[in-house]
Amino acid sequence: MALSGLDIFKLLPKTNCGDCNVPTCMAFAMKLAQKKADLSECPHASEEAKVTLGAASEPPIRLVKIGGTNALEVGNETVMFRHEKTFFHPTGVAIELRTSEGEEKLLSKIKEIEGYNVERVGEELSADLFFISHDSKNKEDFLKTVVLAKENSAKGIILDCSDEEILREGIELLKDTCPAVLLKNELSDKNIELTQNSDVSLILTAKSYDDLAKQTEKARNSGVNNLILNLENQNIGNQLQHNAILRRSALKKYFKPFGYPLFTYIHAESELDMLARASALLCKYDSIIVLPKYDKAMLYTLFTLRQNIYTDPQKPIQVDPKVYPIGEPTPESPVFVTTNFSLTYFIVSGEIENSGISAHLVVADAEGQSVLTAWAAGKFVGETIAKFIKDIKLEQQVKTRKIVIPGLVSQISGDLEDNLPGWEVIVGCQEASDIPSFVKSVKLT
Amino acid sequence: MNFEIPKEVNTGKVAEVTIGATSEQGGTRSHTVTIGGSTSLPFHFFEGQHPHRPAVAMEVFDKTPKKYLDSLMDYFGDVIDKPGEMAKKCVDEYGAELISVRLEGTHPEKGDKSAEEAAETVQQVLESVRVPLIISGHSHFEKINKVMKKVCEVTEGENCLINYVETDNYKTIAAACIAYKHTLVAQSPIDVNLAKQLNILLTDMNFPPERIVMDPLTSTLGYGLEYTYSIMERIRNDGLAGDKMLAFPMLINPGYESFRVKETWAPEKEYPDWGNLEQRAAYWEIATAMSLLLTGTELLIMYHPRAFEVVKNKIIEMYESKKES
Repeated sequence: MALSGLDIFKLLPKTNCGDCNVPTCMAFAMKLAQKKADLSECPHASEEAKVTLGAASEPPIRLVKIGGTNALEVGNETVMFRHEKTFFHPTGVAIELRTSEGEEKLLSKIKEIEGYNVERVGEELSADLFFISHDSKNKEDFLKTVVLAKENSAKGIILDCSDEEILREGIELLKDTCPAVLLKNELSDKNIELTQNSDVSLILTAKSYDDLAKQTEKARNSGVNNLILNLENQNIGNQLQHNAILRRSALKKYFKPFGYPLFTYIHAESELDMLARASALLCKYDSIIVLPKYDKAMLYTLFTLRQNIYTDPQKPIQVDPKVYPIGEPTPESPVFVTTNFSLTYFIVSGEIENSGISAHLVVADAEGQSVLTAWAAGKFVGETIAKFIKDIKLEQQVKTRKIVIPGLVSQISGDLEDNLPGWEVIVGCQEASDIPSFVKSVKLT
Repeated sequence: MNFEIPKEVNTGKVAEVTIGATSEQGGTRSHTVTIGGSTSLPFHFFEGQHPHRPAVAMEVFDKTPKKYLDSLMDYFGDVIDKPGEMAKKCVDEYGAELISVRLEGTHPEKGDKSAEEAAETVQQVLESVRVPLIISGHSHFEKINKVMKKVCEVTEGENCLINYVETDNYKTIAAACIAYKHTLVAQSPIDVNLAKQLNILLTDMNFPPERIVMDPLTSTLGYGLEYTYSIMERIRNDGLAGDKMLAFPMLINPGYESFRVKETWAPEKEYPDWGNLEQRAAYWEIATAMSLLLTGTELLIMYHPRAFEVVKNKIIEMYESKKES
C-alpha cells in the first residue's frame, strides 16, 4: 500500500541529523512519499523501515518475464479501466504444441508460427509464446519438442508436463531463456526446488480463491516471486468475475497473494467459440492466453483487439504520413487529403472505398491529431499541407491538379492554393459519411 | 491471510426498458423483451443485481445492401430481398430475439422509397414474426422524420424500438414515439457529455425515461473500437455511480459496422496474413460484440448467423454463472 509522508516519518529516526542531505526527517519523509528520494540515502534507517518501505514500493501486480532476448513482459498493471490511465503490458498470446503431434509436423508448425508476422497501423504483430503440452507417452518427444521450439524460434516457452523428472530436464534445456511452467496440481516442495538456480516462472493452478492464496503465500515464503495465476473454471462468466476480483484485490486492497499476472488456457467447442472466449478474457485482465489452435484469421483478429485495448488513451494511434491508394487508382484518379490520426484515416479511407471510386488519399503529418484539432494547433494548414505535398513529390505521382480538403477546414483553401501554385482546392464535405454522395455531385478531376 | 471478495456497492441502477407489446398490452407480439436493470458492472453478479440478460437481434433490409458479404449471401441469398421471409428465417432458424428492419432504402440517395412503402415493409415483418421489432433509420433528417412518423403511426401500440434520434434531430421522432407508444434510441457520437445532453433534452420534453435506449455509436474492431469501448465504460460507471441521465441500457451494431470494413470482405488471396475470409468475417463481428458486451451493452444487432449464435450462447453461459454468485 502506498504510504503517506506522515506514515514514513514515523519509521525514520526523527533526529534531523541531515546526513541524507535533507535538513529534517519530516522533509525527507515527504520526499520519499513522492518517490523523489531513496531510503538508502538515510544511513540510520532501521530494518523495520527498510522492510516496510520496500514492500510499499513493490508494484501491486508483479512484472513477470517469459523468454530470452525480447522476453515477453506481463503484469505491472495499475488500473481497472483503460480510460483511468492505460494498460501497460499487452496480453501474451501462446500457441499450443502437443508433443504427440510428431517431429515433422511440429517443426513445420513452429516455423510457420515463427514466420507469421502481420503489420497493422505501423505495428508488427506476432504470437508471443509457445505452450508445449506433453501428451505423448514418450519422454523423448517432450525434450525433442522443447529443442525444436528453442532452436527455431526466439519466442518464450511455457511447459506443461505432469512428470516432475521430465519437466526438470526440459527446464534444463531452456536455461537462460526464462521459461514458465504450468503446475496443474497444488504447489509442492519439489516444484519450488525447480526454481532454485533457474529463472523459471511458476503458473499456479487452483479452483478457489483460498486455495490460490495459500499457494502463492507458500511460494512467496520460499522466496519464489515469479508467479502467474490460473484460477480454473470452465464458465466464461465465472472466469470474467474471477479476473475482476483478482485484479481488484491486487490494485485496490493491496492483497499481495493475488498481485500477479493472470493466465487462461482457452477450452472451446469451436474456433468461433475460442475467439469469443479469448476476446473477452483479453479485454478483462488476462495476461496470458493459450490458444489450442493456430489460425491466422483468429490471431489477426485478436492482435487487432489487443492493439485497440492496449493503446494509450492519451496518445492517438498514428498512421504513416504518405499517399494511400484507395481501390486501384491511376494517375488520373482524384486526390483527397486528411490527417494521420488513425481513426480519421480509417473512416475517410473506408468511406471513399464505399463510394466505389478509386482515389489517392494523401495522409499529411499532423502528429496524429484529428482534422479540427490539428487545424487549431496549426498542424493542418495551407503551409504544412503544401510542404508535405512537395516533400512527397505528389506532382510526379498524379496527373490531376485538383485536391479535395475536409469540409471542416474550408477556411484553409485560399491559403493552400497560395502555397501550392498550379493546384485547385476543392472543399469537401464536413462528415466522412457524406463522401459517397459528395463524389457523385462534384467534379473531382 | 484471509481472503474476502472486495465488493463495490453502487447507488445507481440501469433503467429497465421493455420492447414490444403483447395483445394484452395493445400489440401483437408473442412476448416482450426487457433489458437493463443492472446495479453493478456488466456480469459482476457477485456484487449486484442483473435481472435481464443482454438481448441479441438480427437485421433485415428494405433494400438489398450494396455491399453484402458473399459469406452472408450463403445464409440469406434466397431471402435477402424479402424482409418478411428473411425475418422469419432469422427467428425460426437462427434464434433472433428481436428483428431490426433497416429502412436504408428510404434515403433519398439510396432508393428514395416513400414513407408508405417503408410502413408496408415494417408491416410485412410484423406479420411474419412475433418477436419485438427495432426500426432502424439513417441520417437524412427530413426524410427519416417523415418515414418514422408514418411507421410509428401504423405500428401504434406495438412498442417498437425506434432507432434512432440525435441531438440535431430528435423532436419529431420523439413526439411520434410518445404519441404512438414506442421506445426510442438516443444516439450520440462517442462522447459521454453529448450522450447525457441528449437524454436530458428528451426527458425535458417529457419523454418517459423507461423508454430510452442509448447508442454511443459503435466503432468496429480495428476502426476505433477503443473509443467506443472506453466511452461505454465511462457511461456505465457514471450511471452506476448515480447519474440517472446516463443510466440507460446501451445498444450496439456490430453487424452493420463490421460488414463495412475491409477485414470482412477482402479475400485471403490479397491479404494472406489475414487468414481465411469466411472465418475472419465472423471473427470480426464476434470480437467487436464480445468486447463491447463487457462495457455495458444490453442490446446487439448482429448479421452473421454463426457469429450471432456464438455471442448469444456466451451471454447465456455468462448468466449461468449468476446462480453461483
